[in-house]
Amino acid sequence: MGDVVEESYDVVVVGAGHAGCEAALACARLGLETIVFTVSVDSIALMPCNPNIGGTSKGHLVRELDALGGEMGKNIDKTFIQSKMLNKSKGPAVHSLRAQADKQAYTREMRRTMENQEHLKIRQAEVSELVTEELGNGKRRVLGIKTTSGAVYHARTVVLCTGVYLNARCLTGDLIEYTGPNGLRSATHLTDSLKKNGIRMFRFKTGTPARVDKRSLDFSQFEVQKGDVPIVPFSFSTDASSIQKEQVDCWLVYTNEKTHEIIRDNIDRSPMYNGSIEGVGPRYCPSIEDKVMKFPEKNRHQIFIEPEGLYTNEMYLSGMSSSMPEDVQYKMYHSMKGFEHVHIVRNAYAIEYDCIDALQLKSSLEFMDISGLFAGGQFNGSSGYEEAAVQGFMAGVNAARKCQGKSPIVLDRSQAYIGVLIDDLVTKENHEPYRMMTSRAEYRLLLRQDNADLRLREIGHEIGLVSDEEYQRTLRKKQLIEAEEKRLRDTYAGANEAVNKFLREHGSAELMSGVSLADLCKRPELTYEMLQEIDPERPSLPYGVGEEVGIEIKYEGYIRRQMQQVEAFKKIEAKRIPEDIDYYAISNLRLEARQKLSRIRPENIGMASRISGVSPADISVLMVYMEQFKRNKA
Amino acid sequence: MLSDTICALATAAVESGIGIIRMSGPEVIPLASKFIRSRSGKPLDISETHRIRYGYVYDGENPLDEVLVMTMRAPKSYTGEDTVEIDCHGGVLMMQKILEVCIRNGIRLAEPGEFTKRAFLNGRIDLSEAEAVGDIITSQNELALKASVSQLRGAVSDQIKKYRARILEDDAYIEAALDDPEHISLDGFYDKLKQDVDEVKAGVDRLIATADDGRLLREGIRTVIVGKPNAGKSSLLNVLVGTDRAIVTDIAGTTRDTLEEQINLSGVSLSIVDTAGIRKTEDTVEKIGVDRALKAAEEANLILYVVDASVPLDESDDKIIDSIKDKKCIVLMNKSDLKTVISEKEMHDRTGSPVLSISARARDGIDALENLIRSMFYHNEINFNDQVVITSARHKALLQNASAALREVQKSMEAQMPEDFYTIDLMRAYAELGYILGEEVSEDLVNEIFAKFCMGK
Repeated sequence: MGDVVEESYDVVVVGAGHAGCEAALACARLGLETIVFTVSVDSIALMPCNPNIGGTSKGHLVRELDALGGEMGKNIDKTFIQSKMLNKSKGPAVHSLRAQADKQAYTREMRRTMENQEHLKIRQAEVSELVTEELGNGKRRVLGIKTTSGAVYHARTVVLCTGVYLNARCLTGDLIEYTGPNGLRSATHLTDSLKKNGIRMFRFKTGTPARVDKRSLDFSQFEVQKGDVPIVPFSFSTDASSIQKEQVDCWLVYTNEKTHEIIRDNIDRSPMYNGSIEGVGPRYCPSIEDKVMKFPEKNRHQIFIEPEGLYTNEMYLSGMSSSMPEDVQYKMYHSMKGFEHVHIVRNAYAIEYDCIDALQLKSSLEFMDISGLFAGGQFNGSSGYEEAAVQGFMAGVNAARKCQGKSPIVLDRSQAYIGVLIDDLVTKENHEPYRMMTSRAEYRLLLRQDNADLRLREIGHEIGLVSDEEYQRTLRKKQLIEAEEKRLRDTYAGANEAVNKFLREHGSAELMSGVSLADLCKRPELTYEMLQEIDPERPSLPYGVGEEVGIEIKYEGYIRRQMQQVEAFKKIEAKRIPEDIDYYAISNLRLEARQKLSRIRPENIGMASRISGVSPADISVLMVYMEQFKRNKA
Repeated sequence: MLSDTICALATAAVESGIGIIRMSGPEVIPLASKFIRSRSGKPLDISETHRIRYGYVYDGENPLDEVLVMTMRAPKSYTGEDTVEIDCHGGVLMMQKILEVCIRNGIRLAEPGEFTKRAFLNGRIDLSEAEAVGDIITSQNELALKASVSQLRGAVSDQIKKYRARILEDDAYIEAALDDPEHISLDGFYDKLKQDVDEVKAGVDRLIATADDGRLLREGIRTVIVGKPNAGKSSLLNVLVGTDRAIVTDIAGTTRDTLEEQINLSGVSLSIVDTAGIRKTEDTVEKIGVDRALKAAEEANLILYVVDASVPLDESDDKIIDSIKDKKCIVLMNKSDLKTVISEKEMHDRTGSPVLSISARARDGIDALENLIRSMFYHNEINFNDQVVITSARHKALLQNASAALREVQKSMEAQMPEDFYTIDLMRAYAELGYILGEEVSEDLVNEIFAKFCMGK
């Protein structure tokens, strides 16, 4: 036997999807020698499903990631082909940016960024083994990884971002192919090694719709969907004026009774219904057969037709995810208006893969029982590019900090959607791919996409991934906002004819005596922007500042109430639970609570209280016990 | 968690000379000062520690009760926090009213064992007592839950469940539309939501109003007389009510066919439920009577099982005996003046409960019965404590919170705020109503969204 290749790094990242890229870039940018493994260099930052970044609550994640110093926002700003702010008619907390990407350009740009990053190496190889050593007490420490060729890569920390590739198989009807997405090879060795290291695995499932040839569609039958003008960038570092450009159109079409009849007639041929899929699929991203069967009262479903890029005729059919056999897929599509002559380029398919039970992770995304091993992305049981990217970033940052001997960065539920996402993953039992939703964020009025920089730039700067210059810009923005808010509170509109004429014109009650501009701004029919007319002394301010001032003044009462809730939340979140606590020794805890707490090992009382099956009385008992514990130690 | 101010009865919720209401927390002095005033209604300074002041508890602008107030400043108090105690007149109704005044002024009802828990967390109780604190929380919590559930059986809890379902459905609809705006539209939803919120709020407000009327019924040891028709239940009730030591009030029951009598046996309050309204002897009707009696018995603190000793036991007795086997019970062998065919020993063996022979008609054995009840109460054999009152005040407070949250939704709607603002208070109302039923919120919303709405890609 010849010599095997043996190399040493600070950080090994396994996988170069959206999680892996963020993890690898974060580590390398923090100065750590980093190597990232992928089964195919051509599939770096691949978008194998929908051709867009952002959307409700996901747009928040991208903004937050950007504020912290991640790459996704910058990369989509370089490669988008249509952009839209969703929910604009609703409150500012749920405005959400979504951009259609040119998929190839997205991949190419991210690859370019990765390839030119100092301290970062890319390696195409399948990682087959996790190398660890026993520390005693059921704990292990990671030492590195091995690839299928037998090469050994020593590392101080390892970040697993294997996405949907572990033991992946794709299903179209009764046709099963043992590949990852898009026919890419799956990774078939690592799961066994992970299990040997005591890691609990799940099997999840997701799906993607067919791609069709643009030339085979009759666009006169569809409703056009235009992008926004002007375009708002994702990244706080992108100059908005630099990205205003021609946008492509998307289109809307509906399924009909005929489509549904075809589905119902063939339902026993869908692997998800005939039992040949064992993985658990997501409820929020149902296949078309799921929608038809679960909502029989709906006689049509919306299908969005979205281009996959500028240099391809392939169109993505959002809403048509399916695992029906090929012939049924054809029949389904042919039944739709404008699809009579459709040509399918790629079939829809369902994909099954191995992922972990994320309850094994700490909030830092390090495994509780394997020191130095971190995990991010779909491997943790989430779904979506954005959810993956933010986890990869946090896992990467914390892996790097571990190497540097620094304490981990953990965002809580009151700081960021990222905090909500990770907290949910590591404390709540999750039986399907987890998707971010605005309804999951308790304090969403504070966690807006517009103020992600104000919330998180400082932390990004502290991590070391936000430059001094960018940080200073945020500080300056903060000052301008505060000054303008103060000015609005201190500036009074008199009960004069000019003001009352303005109010009459906007259907607002006239003034009997002077009122501050801030109070006027709170009237439902008026906005900060409108008030410009009666506010001659208003300074000229950058867009972001005015937007912030308008929101914070107008919704002040609600924001204050949420901040009070956050205060209460922070208090119980600050009560840390000792790591070596033995729940079985606390006789007053109910058995279910003891079992759950022992398994999940929450880091503080707040997390413990969010575990289902742990009652308020259990929490009281726990607090009493902790005090006892503390005094015993003292 | 430890930063708010709490209150509770420190004495048992029974008719007595003096009742004590204890309040504790960092804000207790300013909060209590809002309703404790001088006789003339002027502000009363209660900030000085370890001093007793004389004053009045005011309900809004009306004096409610003449009281003594003692303040103990942190750390020299039972809990280690600022504490205020009110010595008031010991009527159950009065204590309840004062508690409600506390709640209205921002002092929340204590959770079971919470005073003791705070005392421990603030270092006022030493380590050796810590185990006991845990025991208290656990056991009190179980009791509270039991009391809460039993009070809510039937119509009221069904109604609250319906309200919750309506709120959740509406909230999920809004959330689904926020998460998937391209597939789910809120057009025209405003009117439906407005109707739902208005109706649910009106319903909650009605429940709050009935909480005032119905409260007395829940006070005292809930005592249910069961037995077959003609066993002598009514006679027994008449004797108990008619005794010159008993104070009697008549209140129509919450259910149509039972009558509750509030009596006081030398300091022990009993709320006696007479299930004897059914007199017909046709089998089906008799069966209904037995079933109703059994249902009332389920919620009882104490059962008086009246047996006609002059006729043999039959199937109905078997059923009664079976259903009361886990209950505190006294078996009364009535008609002891006639020829008996069942022995006391036989009844004791079958029920495991104390057995007394009485003659309701001749008033024989009634003194012995009263003595037995009193002795069971003072030896804590009857599972009755202040939980019954606490939980009802607790329910009322929670209903008021829910109503206030729904009012916020109405205000947001009137102000034409965007829909996502409604959800904040809708979910608060949902959670408050959930606390009444002892149900958690956690994943309800997400589950509802996925169950009812066709989401995404």
